[in-house]
Amino acid sequence: MTLREVKEILEAEVFVGHDQLDMEVKTAFGADLMSDVLAFAKAGSLLLTGLTNPQVVRTSDVLDIAAIIIVRGKRPLIETILLAEELKIPLLGTRYILFETAGRLYKHGIVGCVERVAEKRDLS
Amino acid sequence: MWNGSPRSVTSHETVAYENSFLVAGKTFKNAGKVSRQIKTLLQKMKFPKEVVRRAAIVTYEAEINICSYAERGRIVLRVKPKEISIEATDEGQGIADIELAMKEGYSTATPRIVHMGFGAGMGLANIKRFSDVFRITSEVGKGTHLEMIIHV
Repeated sequence: MTLREVKEILEAEVFVGHDQLDMEVKTAFGADLMSDVLAFAKAGSLLLTGLTNPQVVRTSDVLDIAAIIIVRGKRPLIETILLAEELKIPLLGTRYILFETAGRLYKHGIVGCVERVAEKRDLS
Repeated sequence: MWNGSPRSVTSHETVAYENSFLVAGKTFKNAGKVSRQIKTLLQKMKFPKEVVRRAAIVTYEAEINICSYAERGRIVLRVKPKEISIEATDEGQGIADIELAMKEGYSTATPRIVHMGFGAGMGLANIKRFSDVFRITSEVGKGTHLEMIIHV
């Protein structure tokens, strides 16, 4: 679906990226922990998060995240908005909680960028 | 495509491009800026998207570590014909038990680091996950040295 449809489903406010709402998104990842986002999120996915500091944008930029959705009605910090503008990453905000945000998107066909992590991740 | 056992990181293979970046320690003010600079450079060099993404992830994790724990650090990017090498050297507290630090979930993060969304004990494990070759050495009270190689 398009980011515009995501915005409508979540009754979201657009902080950055009014001109990018026609982009297509198919997958999402949700977490407040950027360490986990770095480990598991895939390129081109939406990031659903309750974190509002600029590291959300930095992390998304590194991972080629398509757009950031801030949940639970939180407002991003000014420096977060400015950085998202600079790096041209759409930044939206919704009053739905993370669970509801994910559920509503899933119902409309957005799926997780990974379904589940591997049973045993051998790092040695 | 190179395959075989890991070769020395300090191999004298032709370095096509080299650049060094300073990273301020114990502050998140510019955390991620160097990773963005390196990513932009690699994008300009037209490396495949996935290669650029992996290089950006390992650089970012290393940068976040310097911003979290070290007094100061330096990240050096070297582009060679068949690999991208990223070296992160810091002056700081160092790591007493590297094996333990590599374990997912082990962390010595302060509340300030956790507040920024990090310090979950995933960083070094992630670096290993996204690198083709990863080496780490550390001396307590002096600092830590990371070497990451991505094959291209």
